[in-house]
Amino acid sequence: MTSGESVTVAAPDRKRPHRLAAMLRSQMRNIAPFLTLICLFGFFAAASPSFATLDNFGNILTQISVTGIIAVGLTFVILCAEIDLSIAAIANVTGIAVAYFTLQESYVNIANVPMPGWAAILLALALCALLGLVNAFGLTVIGIPSFIMTLAMMQIAAGISALLVRGQIAYKVPPLVTTLGSTSIGGIPWIVIVAALMLLGGHLVLTYTRFGRYVYMVGGNREAAEYSGLNVKLILGSVMVISAVCAGIGGMVGVAHFGSAQQNEFDTYLLDSIAAVVVGGTSLFGGRGGIGNTIVGLFVLGVLNNGLDHVNIDSFLKILIRGLILLAALVINVYAQRLRERTAD
Amino acid sequence: MQSERQPILELHEITKAFGGVEALRGVDFALTAGEIHGLVGENGAGKSTLMKIIAGVHADFSGRFVLDGRETRFRSVRDAHAAGIAMVHQELSVAPDLTVAENVFLGSQPTNRLGLVQWRRMAREAGEQLKRFGIDVDPMSRLGDLPIGLQQLIEIARVLFSGARIIILDEPTSALSPPEVERLFATLRQLRGEGTSIVFISHFIEDILRVSDVVTVFRNGRKVAETPAVETSKSTLIEAMIGKGREALEETYTHDIMLPPPTDQPVVLNANGLTLAGRLREVSFEARAGEVLGIYGFMGCGQLELARILFGKIKPDLGTLAVAGNQKAFRSTADARRSGIAFVPESRRDMLFHQEPVYKNISISILDRISSLLLKPSRERAIATRQVDQLRIRPAAVELDLGMLSGGNQQKVALAKWLSYPPRLLVLCEPTRGMDVGAKNDVIHIIRDLRAKGLAIIVLSTEPETVLSLADRVIVLKRGAVVREFANEQISKDRLLEAA
Repeated sequence: MTSGESVTVAAPDRKRPHRLAAMLRSQMRNIAPFLTLICLFGFFAAASPSFATLDNFGNILTQISVTGIIAVGLTFVILCAEIDLSIAAIANVTGIAVAYFTLQESYVNIANVPMPGWAAILLALALCALLGLVNAFGLTVIGIPSFIMTLAMMQIAAGISALLVRGQIAYKVPPLVTTLGSTSIGGIPWIVIVAALMLLGGHLVLTYTRFGRYVYMVGGNREAAEYSGLNVKLILGSVMVISAVCAGIGGMVGVAHFGSAQQNEFDTYLLDSIAAVVVGGTSLFGGRGGIGNTIVGLFVLGVLNNGLDHVNIDSFLKILIRGLILLAALVINVYAQRLRERTAD
Repeated sequence: MQSERQPILELHEITKAFGGVEALRGVDFALTAGEIHGLVGENGAGKSTLMKIIAGVHADFSGRFVLDGRETRFRSVRDAHAAGIAMVHQELSVAPDLTVAENVFLGSQPTNRLGLVQWRRMAREAGEQLKRFGIDVDPMSRLGDLPIGLQQLIEIARVLFSGARIIILDEPTSALSPPEVERLFATLRQLRGEGTSIVFISHFIEDILRVSDVVTVFRNGRKVAETPAVETSKSTLIEAMIGKGREALEETYTHDIMLPPPTDQPVVLNANGLTLAGRLREVSFEARAGEVLGIYGFMGCGQLELARILFGKIKPDLGTLAVAGNQKAFRSTADARRSGIAFVPESRRDMLFHQEPVYKNISISILDRISSLLLKPSRERAIATRQVDQLRIRPAAVELDLGMLSGGNQQKVALAKWLSYPPRLLVLCEPTRGMDVGAKNDVIHIIRDLRAKGLAIIVLSTEPETVLSLADRVIVLKRGAVVREFANEQISKDRLLEAA
């Protein structure tokens, strides 16, 4: 007997007095991160005179750029209710690869393979795309959960990095990458422009293309997507490749930004990227959120990191505070999902 | 005959609602020690709901619950277990990846003093228990590898030998063969002799009459009759179940209807020898344009698997599919959709996006036809609005989140998503299950319209009424095999049930 799922008559008119409350509840995941951002900004602006300046705002933008580039692809993955733990390692190996194919100074002791700049960039991009394809293959064809598959890929990419640099540090990258990573135009760092363009591109794809719609639908209800005749595996595979390529681009300009390519350079970016996406309000259960949320999340993390430097706080306490803020965001994320489900029922 | 005994369980004025709809309205129910109590009623009459209240599944109800003369309230299934109440649910709830022995002892494995599971003892005792019940199977084999009927028997055996003093069996015989049913009944009588109380729910009224002491009839959430089994008959019970003077809308199909002569329209789908280990055996049939093929069978007969093979969700072990004469080996549901096959599963939850607006639910299956790269939301809304009008989906607001619609309207959306670019073949699982009469009628009319437009339609259902109200031709599945085809002949609910 299926009486449990039968005939609930919805009457929107009757609910009018509660409509505002219902709307606020359903928008909770978008509102909460924004409020967090405003609160943090207000707090640091009051606590430190050097925080709320135009110069410092530029600093924050630059500081969140690499995370932002990586988080674009991760947003696609999390929208599909999957995860990619290999992004930092892929960023690292791509940055190392582009340096590996560039002529280094004579004192750099790496057996590298110098090539023209464009070829180095293409090879590096091909490498990260290939690693993304391996993730996609493991997830969709073999059926390894993305959490485990990308955990393995994290090790594989770190292993390739280690083999390429063998404990050394490379400094040179192709001129185009150097320009994008470490120079400015009209006072605006190129890396901020790259991040902004990638975020914009991600937003356009997710909002205005058929593929973007499929990403949301697969994340919203994978079973239903399959029963609607969508090629779910193709979509899941695609987001894993997108994630790897975004991570690779982030790694390349990041290497230019930091001025060197070495092992474990990007390790902190894994948690930062996941935090940015989730703090922004994109649902870990998939189907809800987007690049807009990721941008808010990036600013929350950026303001928090930067602001804590301004208020002269114990740097060890800083780590703890970041952890607590992330926990709070996760609680809101799960809670918002539950509220929304209750409204929908 | 048990009237002088004190009841061990009494329920008074039980009312239970699901989302505004009352599944039970002020029901009284009593159970005495050492009785087999049969429950009959149509789908949705409230039998299972009442039993789930007794078994602690639904803790949220109004009314009084008296066990052993004391008023109690179970908050969970665990509470009910502790009080000696166990239930076998309609849907198989076994752990297919565990061994037979582990399933028999689920949650109560024998352990030694260190808390380690005593495997050998568990296997031995499980084997002995099952043998007592006439099941001869290796206790260490994986349960999922056994036929469905055997799995069902093992689940029943687990509950029967759990030591519970009140045992509830909800449709326990749906996947069982006649000798297995006999063995079950013998065991039930034996347990009754030992003082156990048993509630037995079944659609098979003959079975109810044969094994029960008392029979209670439910209709529309109310108890409409309670009588000793020896004082009633099948026809009396059916009359009580269906009720007199029901609206003409609710066709009961107790009389014969005539299936139309076979159509000479082209064959759209040809299934040949479809076989799936443990589920389907050499199922062959064809579906023709402008015809509704009904596939009927009890729960667990292999329908669900068959439907999923047709839509490319499961790959058959053996057998072939041909669409319009071309052999197809679907690698994904996307392949099946491109071949012109549409599918609506039995559960709306699996088919729809509850947090997305209605128009996105409708357009999802046709997006690749209306847009190549960029979405065209205005086009989507226009198509959705047309479907909402044609299928009379209410409220007629394509921007509304799907979750705000009633179940019947959601089912219409599930159909609407396939109809903007009509497929060649429409596969529908339980298209009217759990719907009220009005919505049911709407859906039946929609399906008939589609047939008139020349679609080939396959309707799979465990409800005879659904099949009889829609089908031009019926095949009956029993334990994974086609056992009977009805075409161009008299058919009725009785004949259908008899064949299954």
